[in-house]
Amino acid sequence: MAAYSLGNIVQSANFVEIRNLNFTYDTRPILKGIDMDIHKGQVVAIMGGSGCGKTTLLRLIGGQIRPTGGHVRFDGEIIHELDRDALYETRRKMGMLFQFGALFTDLSVFDNVAFQMREHTDLPEAIIRDLVLMKLDAVGLRGARDLMPNHLSGGMARRVALARTIALDPMLIMYDEPFTGLDPISLGVIGNLIRKLNDALGATSIVVTHDVQESFQIVDYVYFISEGVVVAHGTPEDMYASSVPFVHQFIHGEIDGPVPFHYPALPYPEDLFLERSHA
Amino acid sequence: MLEHLDRLIRKTGHAGIDAIWRLGYAGKFMFLTLIGSGTSFRRFHLTIREIYFTGVRSLIIIVVSGLFVGMVLGLQGYETLQRYGASSSLGVMVALALVRELGPVVAALLFASRAGSAITAEIGLMKATEQLSAMEMMAVDPISRVVAPRFWSGVISMPLLAAIFNTMGIFGGYLIGVVLIGVDEGSFWSQMQAGVDLRYDIMNGVIKSFVFGIAVTAIAVFEGYDSPPTAEGVSSATTRTVVTSSLSVLILDFVLTSFMFRGA
Amino acid sequence: MERTTLDLWVGIFIAAGIGAILLLALKVGNMSSFNGSNTYQIYAYFDNIGGLKQRAPIKSAGVVVGRVAAIALDPKQYKARVTFNLDRQYQFSKDSTASILTSGLLGEQYIGIETGAEDAMLKPGDTLAFTQSAVVLEKLIGQFIFNKAGSGNHN
Repeated sequence: MAAYSLGNIVQSANFVEIRNLNFTYDTRPILKGIDMDIHKGQVVAIMGGSGCGKTTLLRLIGGQIRPTGGHVRFDGEIIHELDRDALYETRRKMGMLFQFGALFTDLSVFDNVAFQMREHTDLPEAIIRDLVLMKLDAVGLRGARDLMPNHLSGGMARRVALARTIALDPMLIMYDEPFTGLDPISLGVIGNLIRKLNDALGATSIVVTHDVQESFQIVDYVYFISEGVVVAHGTPEDMYASSVPFVHQFIHGEIDGPVPFHYPALPYPEDLFLERSHA
Repeated sequence: MLEHLDRLIRKTGHAGIDAIWRLGYAGKFMFLTLIGSGTSFRRFHLTIREIYFTGVRSLIIIVVSGLFVGMVLGLQGYETLQRYGASSSLGVMVALALVRELGPVVAALLFASRAGSAITAEIGLMKATEQLSAMEMMAVDPISRVVAPRFWSGVISMPLLAAIFNTMGIFGGYLIGVVLIGVDEGSFWSQMQAGVDLRYDIMNGVIKSFVFGIAVTAIAVFEGYDSPPTAEGVSSATTRTVVTSSLSVLILDFVLTSFMFRGA
Repeated sequence: MERTTLDLWVGIFIAAGIGAILLLALKVGNMSSFNGSNTYQIYAYFDNIGGLKQRAPIKSAGVVVGRVAAIALDPKQYKARVTFNLDRQYQFSKDSTASILTSGLLGEQYIGIETGAEDAMLKPGDTLAFTQSAVVLEKLIGQFIFNKAGSGNHN
């Protein structure tokens, strides 16, 4: 049982280190003291119910928002202490796949994948072409290069976005809900690609998801977040065996548990008009 | 009663602080846009692409409206001028009305509803579908890559559109006045040339349309960038762009006119 | 960078816009705005300028040779001091006369210059000695009625 203990993790190889991370939106606390360690080469899943702050966590790692407390250390640098130029420099080492792909709708598949190469390098167009085709081939969509994003199915769009994410061979790849809204076949394809690309590129991956079946097959380590804190972490096997009530409810998809079925409300009879009008 | 008043005062105060906050945010945004404008000129094809969407796509509405506004001016102007036997001044009346006021103002209003709303909707949708976030994560600044080229395309397009509007309007006035009604062609053009001054009338008109271009596109890009990332958010931002930029054009027109055409 | 049809359209648009500005400048407006470097200024005092406005044309033999640059009241003589901007290519003799005229019965007022007989020409900054004030319609009508009344008394 690994819950609440970080002692068994080797400290030296921390590629992403998160310490006591807090984030408050307006007055609503979203993250309340998160600690995480992610090692080079790992595929790590961050799981939790909808709206528990998983996406916020990714944005904090990417430096798009500033934490209200604690820090994120990526490749030796504390993200929120970087100035703008250094942050942009650091982001080139990261890739992020957004929930619905976030492809540029005014650019073709080819131009989407070529976007970063054209923005950040002075490579000649011929080399860009070859690189783009290699990336597209890796996700199996070399033939779709001339399509526009609105002609792609959800699964294909996700794969193009993946090709775009890995365009400049990032060291850290972040996935925001990569499995949402996909049919079972696309689901398998994306899951497979996440693992394959991570190992082929020698990268590190963070997958934010609530899809237990798909992600447990491909990840090395899992963090469970509930109400802004890490409630459990360990390998997928550990998690299946976990006795933490939230994890148990989450993995087995039980209706009621620590996460109640009912949104907080008045007692049922009190809330109904019937009672009062008869009284 | 007192409670009601209290709530009203609180609400007004909140709205006031909010408006000033937003104004400051808009100022910062415009500053960042200007700072990030280097890309729009270094990679001018980005701006050219946007000129196509803001300028070229607005051509038809500008040409047609210009023609009809000029034709109406020709009809109404003749109607009034001939009462005083001054129908030969039709040319100068049409030209001055267009060059000084109607050209810059009407072209800017059309531009706001045609191109301004499109800019807001496009940037708003890019934000709602996380395209701007994605760009940021790719270490590309969305303000210099997305906002600045659109801003400059509007600033460049607006004076050109206003000039085309004026030309079409004068042509429309000529069609009605000279071809249809039969005002003397020579006096139509010569009175126009004698009465319209290059620097005083035409240059001031161009300056006006330039200022309107800045105002309309600045509002459009800001509303798009600031819109809540939802469908309603984008649609209400688009409406706000048209309303705010139209009002700004009319107010700015009054201010500029009182500076430019004073005591003449 | 390859050329696309989009570039062509933008090219057409920019050319049309610049063409429109040039057309307005050349065909609609007059280039001679008489306030640039190729003009010179002279002054004239009038008892009454009537409805003369700034930027009104200055004509000689019907040809526009300049514009009124400024109008001010001279606080010592209680006369209107009018500044003329004249085109450098037109020179007038020192004893020229400037009069305020009206184009047509109800038309705008302008200044007419008639050159005199002297050989010396007006230099920039000079003041015209001979001026003729505007004809004020009300005074004219008043005089006419007065004369009528006067002549009526005689009969």
